[in-house]
Amino acid sequence: MIKFFLMVNKQGQTRLSRYYEHVELHKRTLLEAEVIKNCLSRSKDQCSFIEYKDFKLVYRQYAALFIVVGINETENEMAVYELIHNFVEVLDKYFSRVPIMISCLYSNNNVSKTT
Amino acid sequence: MSTFVLAAPIAGKSKEAEIKRINKELANIRSKFKGDKALDGYSKKKYVCKLLFIFLLGHDIDFGHMEAVNLLSSNKYTEKQIGYLFISVLVNSNSELIRLINNAIKNDLASRNPTFMCLALHCIANVGSREMAEAFASEIPRILVAGDTMDSVKQSAALCLLRLYKTSPDLVPMGEWTSRVVHLLNDQHMGVVTAAVSLITCLCKKNPDDFKTCVSLAVSRLSRIVSSASTDLQDYTYYFVPAPWLSVKLLRLLQCYPPPEDAAVKGRLVECLETVLNKAQEPPKSKKVQHSNAKNAILFEAISLIIHYDSEPNLLVRACNQLGQFLQHRETNLRYLALESMCTLASSEFSHEAVKTHIETVINALKVRGVGVKCSLLIQNHKTKSSLLQHLDSASNASLSVAILAEKYAVDYSWYVDTILNLIRIAGDYVSEEVWYRVIQIVINRDDVQGYAAKTVFEALQAPACHENMVKVGGYILGEFGNLIAGDPRSSPLVQFNLLHSKFHLCSVATRALLLSTYIKFINLFPETKATIQEVLRSDSQIRNADVELQQRAVEYLKLSSIASTDVLATVLEEMPPFPERESSILAKLKKKKGPGAGSELDDGKKEPGAEINGGMEPSASTASTPSPSADLLGLRAAPPASLAAPTSAGNLLVDVFSDSPAAAPGLAPGTDENFLSLAPCDSSSLLSSLHHPLLLPLPAMLSAGAAASVCEDPALPLSEADELLNKFVCKNNGVLFENQLLQIGVKSEFRQNLGRMYLFYGNKTSVQFQSFTPTRLPQLNIQTKAVDPLVEGGAQVQQVLNIECLSDFTLAPLINIKFRYGGTLQNITLKLPITLNKFFQATEMQSQDFFQRWKQLSLPQQESQKIFKANHPMDPEVTKAKLLGFGSALLDKVDPNPDNFVGAGIIQTKSLQVGCLLRLEPNAQAQMYRLTLRTSKEAVSRHLCELLSEQF
Repeated sequence: MIKFFLMVNKQGQTRLSRYYEHVELHKRTLLEAEVIKNCLSRSKDQCSFIEYKDFKLVYRQYAALFIVVGINETENEMAVYELIHNFVEVLDKYFSRVPIMISCLYSNNNVSKTT
Repeated sequence: MSTFVLAAPIAGKSKEAEIKRINKELANIRSKFKGDKALDGYSKKKYVCKLLFIFLLGHDIDFGHMEAVNLLSSNKYTEKQIGYLFISVLVNSNSELIRLINNAIKNDLASRNPTFMCLALHCIANVGSREMAEAFASEIPRILVAGDTMDSVKQSAALCLLRLYKTSPDLVPMGEWTSRVVHLLNDQHMGVVTAAVSLITCLCKKNPDDFKTCVSLAVSRLSRIVSSASTDLQDYTYYFVPAPWLSVKLLRLLQCYPPPEDAAVKGRLVECLETVLNKAQEPPKSKKVQHSNAKNAILFEAISLIIHYDSEPNLLVRACNQLGQFLQHRETNLRYLALESMCTLASSEFSHEAVKTHIETVINALKVRGVGVKCSLLIQNHKTKSSLLQHLDSASNASLSVAILAEKYAVDYSWYVDTILNLIRIAGDYVSEEVWYRVIQIVINRDDVQGYAAKTVFEALQAPACHENMVKVGGYILGEFGNLIAGDPRSSPLVQFNLLHSKFHLCSVATRALLLSTYIKFINLFPETKATIQEVLRSDSQIRNADVELQQRAVEYLKLSSIASTDVLATVLEEMPPFPERESSILAKLKKKKGPGAGSELDDGKKEPGAEINGGMEPSASTASTPSPSADLLGLRAAPPASLAAPTSAGNLLVDVFSDSPAAAPGLAPGTDENFLSLAPCDSSSLLSSLHHPLLLPLPAMLSAGAAASVCEDPALPLSEADELLNKFVCKNNGVLFENQLLQIGVKSEFRQNLGRMYLFYGNKTSVQFQSFTPTRLPQLNIQTKAVDPLVEGGAQVQQVLNIECLSDFTLAPLINIKFRYGGTLQNITLKLPITLNKFFQATEMQSQDFFQRWKQLSLPQQESQKIFKANHPMDPEVTKAKLLGFGSALLDKVDPNPDNFVGAGIIQTKSLQVGCLLRLEPNAQAQMYRLTLRTSKEAVSRHLCELLSEQF
């Protein structure tokens, strides 16, 4: 099961977040900061799955943008990994040059609190 | 519209300008809404949309809800859509509005217009509140199973129901529709099937029987997908893989149930799984990584199902071989997933042998970063002791983790004792001190294995050549529990003693000291050995031994055994009390006996923070980060017991014992005022061994010693603010380390190269005397200092000097524990000493050219550590500069092309090695953020320095 979906840029700012489980607002900020810290500290030769607290993070990097998905134990990591790519491809079909678009459009942090 | 959308971020360049622009726009919209002229649908949509955008930018919106609700009743898709969007994002519990909204949703659900129905369903799902569930939970199942509902609506309805079920399962009525939902698995439309699978997977967990029929349907659907050609499914084909996500979901749904009973269904499923496994061996239809990823996603899920069924030996073996292949794959992701699956697979009895064949691969993979834990987990999980031990040569520093894991997965304690003793026997050199401490801790605490352990060590000691660690374990266990096997003439007390004593002369001082303690325990346990043992003690090689510790023990024990009455002996040498369980979380895990349900085991492995031990890491790091049982085992008990002063008479024995310097630990050279405090986590285990002896005095005896009792109380845990206090001292050397109403501790320190000297000033802030004042450095490190005067007068200050030598890089600051009596109550404070790695920084000046050359040389990813963080203090360049200098590095001017950035260089001086460090700090005043980059030749150093320094700004 997917718990949340995040888009975060390399500076650690959340561009988009979507939670599929209730998480309190202030905890979201903390969680997002921790999550991106975890992703940023990984090198290219490390795998794209991180065991974090009681769930897993699956992440992919597109240019300066990280897409991070939090999943539970039973979810299939590879399927989610590829789902991220599929999602980006869909965005790419609708718009073009996705990461740049997202970075420009949501230049304000607060987007994350509401979407 | 678009101009506004684009204008806002541009205006966002300055916060004031943005607010100004937004306020202007809000005023405009407000006037439009309030105006006399009724707005047409388009303008209403436009303004509601603007409001939504303003809200998303982070501004409060307190109007426009009514207009949005009005849009819901529009017949134009775009207007309705914006209305729903606004409601989904900005819904509040305004009862009046909720009623209106629900009404609009109801109308749309009944409208038979698929687009409108979908919009309404999306809105329900997006809001997903309890109120929504109350209003619509019974309506949606009807839509979902109605024969005339369009595919897209069915799809939305299934997902909407799933959402409501997750938030309020009690409100979703089960009933006749459930059987019809199952049939959606047969739907022509793949989207409907995908949505239905998600819904059923969730529902069937609570009511497995209601949805039992889904198994055969899922199997037939799966079989159709798996056997379809790569282009049959059109839109649902992803890089030549037919419906990968749906396949994964179907396979997961099947994991909610046991293997199908119907032979035909089962046959078909086995065929499917075989097809999936076969496909992995076929040449890929595309070179694209997406193709193989999607294919592997299905493959891993299929393997999960095979493991879940655990009944098809043939499939299990194939799965295992497939995973074995992946273990050698160059893609890290695959290796990781393969290991994870292998771990679960290892618990299956059918695949036992198959997994074994891959053990070698696994052990090789131990050297791969980050997977070490998993591997050792697997090995241990699998209990292939023998093959594991053969490989210990290559994986020596995994032995500790293996031991810990062995403990975690121990099915029973005797198995655990066996495993570890085996480990010591075969690979004694690779077994660190912690391992045998741990065995002893376990044995002491578990009555039921004590006899078994005594017997086992006795047998192990029969071997002509024993590893010294085995002698230690043997000495300890026989000293405590030798009586349990003494009934057997083959292991009578004298035989036991002779066996141990035959090893005595080959052992190191520490072990010999331990054996001497065993002997005195023997005198108590078996009075018949007294004469023999006294003779041994009396011999010149003991009583005149050149080693102070051995000599002292021999003299004391001899005296004790000849003077003390049997009662006193029995009290003094009573069996060790159990170790407090709270110290080891590992132990707690062990107590939870559990089956081989590998899922939960994995879980445990992950939560073990320190268990990440692998070939790539320095041994020092592994010792430091492992939840070291020895610290628990010894830290609490090493201090008082062995400081046995020579008793003059049995009567005042206890008093004598405790009137001696309370902090004196055994095995420490007495004398010098200023001994060295050595910082070397990698050495700590061996240092600990010198501190460790079997306890001679059981705790109750010590507690009876009155005033001195305070000394033997456990040191408190470090104060919660200890880290914070420590952080204050990263960039400075002098100041107040700690202060409360009673006590103030000042610090003055200086460091040069790898040496340092620290003065601690303990000030009594009260007007009353502190009694039994005992600051003790906790023995994670080798620490020797003169004990301070146990009385601190009111208002007085005592000083203590510490000399420090940094032997190797370290991350944990040493602890200091302070105990004293104020009035009648015992104060017990544990702090971190402000000694951090950067204290041993030697600044280095260099030219820009040199700097960049070195910077480039340190370009391996593990050499760099980077952190981006928010400024916690005002960003003043002068203050920053002072902090960096305080941190110890040189500041290099004109190196970085950007004058705002700071660049520094220095060398961390330790006795064993020098680590060159380069650092770069990039402040971003606008964002109030810093980016800190450290490059050093050692990964642990980079990481640690980066952490330390990033806390400072």
